[in-house]
Amino acid sequence: MSILEIRDLSVHYGGIVALDGISFSVKEGAIVTLIGANGAGKSTTLRTIMGLVHAAGGSVHYRGEKITGLDTRKIVEMGLVLVPEGRRVFPNLTVLENLKLGSYLQHTRHEARNLEHVYDLFPRLLERHWQLAGTLSGGEQQMLAVGRALMANPTMVMMDEPSLGLAPLVVKDIFSIIRRINGEGVTVLLIEQNANVALHTADYGYVLQTGSITLKGTGTELLENEEVKVAYLGKTR
Amino acid sequence: MKKKISKPTIYSLGALALFVAFLYWLDANRLTQGMVISVLQKGAILALVATSMNLLNGFTGLFSLGQAGFMSIGAYTTAILIIPVKNLDGVYYMNGVHPAIKALRVVMAQAPPFMQTIFPFVALLLGATIAALVALVVGLAVLRLKSDYLAIATLGLSEIVRSIFSSPQFDQITNGSYGLNKIPNFPPMFFGLIPSLITPFIITGVCVAFIVLLINSSYGRAFKAIREDEIAAEAMGISLYKHKEMSFVISSFFSAIAGGMLAMYMRSIEAKTFSITLTYDILLIVVIGGIGSVTGSVVSAFLVTAAKEWWLRFFDQPLSLFGFEVPLFRTGFRMVIFSILLMIVVLIYRKGLFGTNEFSWTWLTSKKARRKP
Repeated sequence: MSILEIRDLSVHYGGIVALDGISFSVKEGAIVTLIGANGAGKSTTLRTIMGLVHAAGGSVHYRGEKITGLDTRKIVEMGLVLVPEGRRVFPNLTVLENLKLGSYLQHTRHEARNLEHVYDLFPRLLERHWQLAGTLSGGEQQMLAVGRALMANPTMVMMDEPSLGLAPLVVKDIFSIIRRINGEGVTVLLIEQNANVALHTADYGYVLQTGSITLKGTGTELLENEEVKVAYLGKTR
Repeated sequence: MKKKISKPTIYSLGALALFVAFLYWLDANRLTQGMVISVLQKGAILALVATSMNLLNGFTGLFSLGQAGFMSIGAYTTAILIIPVKNLDGVYYMNGVHPAIKALRVVMAQAPPFMQTIFPFVALLLGATIAALVALVVGLAVLRLKSDYLAIATLGLSEIVRSIFSSPQFDQITNGSYGLNKIPNFPPMFFGLIPSLITPFIITGVCVAFIVLLINSSYGRAFKAIREDEIAAEAMGISLYKHKEMSFVISSFFSAIAGGMLAMYMRSIEAKTFSITLTYDILLIVVIGGIGSVTGSVVSAFLVTAAKEWWLRFFDQPLSLFGFEVPLFRTGFRMVIFSILLMIVVLIYRKGLFGTNEFSWTWLTSKKARRKP
C-alpha cells in the first residue's frame, strides 16, 4: 500500500516550469529514492509536498488523505517530516535546543521519549548536547538534522540530499543510519545526486529529468539501466 | 532529599536585597540624591523598552524600528487617564478637553479611594493593550516584509502615530502640539508599602521577568529558530506568521508600558518626545548590551543612561586647570565624548558587552580564565 502518492504535480516559479506534471508513489515501509541532476526539480518536489511551495496543479495524497494546500504545521502533525537540503540546523542554538525544536508540535511527554530514542541512535549528539550546532562538523550536523526530524515522531521522513558535502566515509554512516531508521518502520523518501549510493540503499527509484519522471524501477533495475549508468553513475557505454 | 540552594542563587538574592535596600535608602534621602534617582528610574524604563526591542530584534530576528510609536501610544493613554481632573482644563487650555474624556475622568474621580490607587496601573495596562492591538493589525501587513524593509515600514508606522498625536484634529484628546503636562508621578504600590520611587523598578522587574520566561519557553525557542533559519523553522511545523505576530504584539505591549512609565517619569510629554531619535537611543542600548542578551540590555540601559546624563556632565561646564581655560568644555561637548566612548566600546566589544550570553556569576568569576591569551 502506498503511503504517499503524487498525482500529476506541477509547480511554476514565475513563468518557469519547475515540475511538469510528475506522478509517483512511495510504498509504506520502503526506502524510495528520487534521483536527478541539478535543477531537475528534486528539491522543489519535496518542498511542494511539505506545503512550503504552492502547487500549480495536481495533488499530493498522504495515507489516503489529500494534503495539497494544507499548512506545513498540519502535514508535520500527520507524521510527514522533511530533512531540508544543506542540513539547515539552527547554528546559534545548542544541539539540545535544535532537537527540542524538532518536536515543537509534540506533547512534552513525547518529547522526552523521542529525545531518548534520538540519543540512542546518535550517541554523538548526546555527548555534544550542550554545544552550539554551528560548531559541529558537517557529518554531525547532518546527524543533528536527521535527529531533529525524528523528534517529530514521524511515520515518513523525506531527506533532501543527505550526502551533500560530506566525506565518503561519513556518507556511508548516514546511509546506514537511514537503513536503521527504515528498519524501525519509518518510510523514507530520499533525494540524491549521488545516484550510486542512493540506488544501492533504496528499494525503488525514480529518475527525474528537467521536471518530468523519465525512468522508474527497483534499485537494482535502475543500477543496471544503461541510461542511468551513463547519465548518473559516470560509466561510459 | 533536601534541595540545596546553589551559590549563584545566593549571590543573586544578595545582590537583589542590596539593591532594594539601596532603593529604600534613596527614598529616605530623595531630596539630596535627585540625580541618582532620576538616572536609575530612567534606566529602569529604558531597560524595559530595550528588553522588549531585544525580544523582537535579537530573539526573533525582526529588525523593527517602531518602538517610539508604541511607547507614545502607552504614554498618551496613561497621561490622559491619570492627569488629575482639577488640572484637566488647565492642561487643555487652548482647545478644551473632549467632553467624552472629561465625562470619563469625572466618573473615575468618584470611584472609591481603593480604586483610585489602582487606576494608574489600569491606565498603563490599557495603553499597552491598545498598543498591542495596533501591533496586531499593523503586523498583518508589515510582518510579511523582511530585514531592512520591515525596519522602514515600522519606522514609518512610528512616525505616523506621532503625526496623528500632534495633529490639530486630535487637539481635544492629545492637546496637539502642546502636549500633555501635570502628569502625576509614579504611584506607590501595596498601600504605600512600596514608595512611589521604587514603583518603576517593580514594574520593569515583573515585565522583564515575563519576557525572560517567554524566551526560555518553547515559544522562545521557536522565535530563535525563526531568527536562525526561517525555512528550516517552517519545515519543523513552526508557523512563521503566528510567531512573528506574537513576538511583535508582546514587544509592543511592553514598549507601551515603558512609554506610560516615561510619561509618569517626565511629568509632561509631547509628540516630539517620541520622535525617531528615541528609537535610535533604544537601539543603541540594545546593540551596546548585545543583540540577543536580556541582561545585556538591562545593564546597558543603566550604563548608557548614567554615562549620558550623569557621569559625563562635567564636560558641559567650563573647566580651568591652573588658570588655563581648557577649550571645548562647553554645553553639548558631553555628547561628543559620549559618542566617542560608544565607538570605542563597539570597537572593543564587537557583539556588544554581553554578545548573546546572559550574565551569570560563574561567568563573572571565570571571565579572566576564559579570555584568550
